[in-house]
Amino acid sequence: MSWKLLKYGFKRSHDEPRFFPEPKELKSHYDVVIIGGGGHGMACAYYLAKEHGITNVAVLEQGYIGGGNTGRNTTIVRSNYLTPEGVKFYDTSVKLFEDLSDEFDLNIFYSTRGHFTLAHTDSAMRTMRWRAEVNKHYGIDSEVVGRDEIGKAVPYMDLECAGHTPVMGALYHAPGSVARHDAVAWGYARGAYNRGVEIHQRTRVTDIRTRDGRVIGVDTDRGAISCGKVISMVAGSTPRITEMLNLPTPIEIFPLQACVSEPVKPFMDTIVVSGSLHVYVSQSSRGEMVMGASVDPSVLHSTRSSFDFVEGLADQMVDLFPFMSRLKVMRQWAGMSDMTPDFAPIMGKTPIEGFYLDAGWGTWGFKATPVSGKTMAWTAANDQTHELIEPFRYSRFADFDLVGEKGAASVGH
Amino acid sequence: MKLLDCPLIGRRPISEFDYVGEVRKPPVDCDTETWAGFVFNRQGAPSVLRERWYHRPTGYWFILDRDTLTDEVKAIVDHREVRYDIPA
Ligand SMILES: Cc1cc2nc3c(=O)[nH]c(=O)nc-3n(C[C@H](O)[C@H](O)[C@H](O)COP(=O)(O)OP(=O)(O)OC[C@H]3O[C@@H](n4cnc5c(N)ncnc54)[C@H](O)[C@@H]3O)c2cc1C
Repeated sequence: MSWKLLKYGFKRSHDEPRFFPEPKELKSHYDVVIIGGGGHGMACAYYLAKEHGITNVAVLEQGYIGGGNTGRNTTIVRSNYLTPEGVKFYDTSVKLFEDLSDEFDLNIFYSTRGHFTLAHTDSAMRTMRWRAEVNKHYGIDSEVVGRDEIGKAVPYMDLECAGHTPVMGALYHAPGSVARHDAVAWGYARGAYNRGVEIHQRTRVTDIRTRDGRVIGVDTDRGAISCGKVISMVAGSTPRITEMLNLPTPIEIFPLQACVSEPVKPFMDTIVVSGSLHVYVSQSSRGEMVMGASVDPSVLHSTRSSFDFVEGLADQMVDLFPFMSRLKVMRQWAGMSDMTPDFAPIMGKTPIEGFYLDAGWGTWGFKATPVSGKTMAWTAANDQTHELIEPFRYSRFADFDLVGEKGAASVGH
Repeated sequence: MKLLDCPLIGRRPISEFDYVGEVRKPPVDCDTETWAGFVFNRQGAPSVLRERWYHRPTGYWFILDRDTLTDEVKAIVDHREVRYDIPA
């Protein structure tokens, strides 16, 4: 034990600065109210203050910062999507992620690992080639690799998959990364707070008030607030918010589960995803195997985890990594995924003046945290949907102009 | 293990079932906007949802009213109740 720590332990008062301030009273008016204190809400508040000088902002969070999907996700960051609009959007996010630790002066443990999407069938190989070409066209490091390369990079993997569904090749994406999810939310929150934004935890929005098709305020369980603009960034709670405004959306909520094993020695520094087996895995810096699968089979507004998930996951995972049959599962949990029919988000302006939506993040929205915050802040500041998110606009469904990301997104984190 | 009551043979593991989704009645004679709304939009907020399920081993289709907040099955619904006529 260091001398400094011992001295600190004997002190009567412990005056370490709080990361976040003590909560104070709500003001009666804010220029902008952000609903949801996940990564997206915090990033948006940060960029509103930093890039647009808008600081009379309140972030209202019903629970605690990052307690929604942000703190439940498996943190895969990548940009090897299938559609040009998806690739451009997520690439901007990856580039922002790379500099966040410096920008926050807080280690977000951004760790570039390399990301393999395994293909077990001819048709999957075809999709991988297609994705690689689209990716390369936009300058993204992405290529199709063969079995030998996979075998070398991922030791202990059974390329034969016990003979059921042998691996034929993979899409390899060198920039694929993982990061510490809480730190991302906290870093943005501290940056926003230091610039004057108010963060109110344990404050739930219960209604949104409008007059003549314009937002005029929100009701909360701590009283009413008037405001000119509301940005909804609530992921799995989105339909509950849009219902307050009678705004129909295609979003359906499905639970998404994940688990970690007991820690083992570091042996795998890459991220491995198998769309055909519906599983993915990476090894955390503590040595745990972080594992996930596709969403649960039916709609449910719940964060309960189930035995069926672990059973189904283990069944597939053990085919890929036979030695994992000896590992114990330490923790499992679930989040609520806001799924859209085209596996792309819904972002930007809505038919209600002053109400902006950032939703439809499903199983893939952590990697979009920086770029969503930035483009939504721009959108609210200028009352105009940012060019990068125009393809994801609310009206695309009425226009029959969907995005078509589904092919790249099954188990698409 | 999660279980669901198959109306034909009783309680079975959830993995034997396929979820089909909400039972809805299409607007037949309508403008494009209404049609787009029907095709894409969903009842996303928690509610008692009338939904179609399929039990694979028995090949049996059935309809449930289920609370999507508590996962409680409220009723098994007769197919005839959701039947509608297609205009000639
Ligand atoms: C198991 C799992 C694994 C995942 N893996 C990945 C991955 O590997 N890579 C990836 O990119 N994405 C992944 N995702 C998706 C990703 O986690 C989410 O898309 C992303 O975190 C959404 O962030 P957010 O800030 O929009 O929402 P959230 O973090 O969910 O924040 C929304 C907040 O809004 C609050 N809220 C809701 N209603 C109200 C209200 N009425 N009033 C006040 N506050 C309210 C909630 O309490 C919550 O804190 C995964 C998700 C899960 C569940």
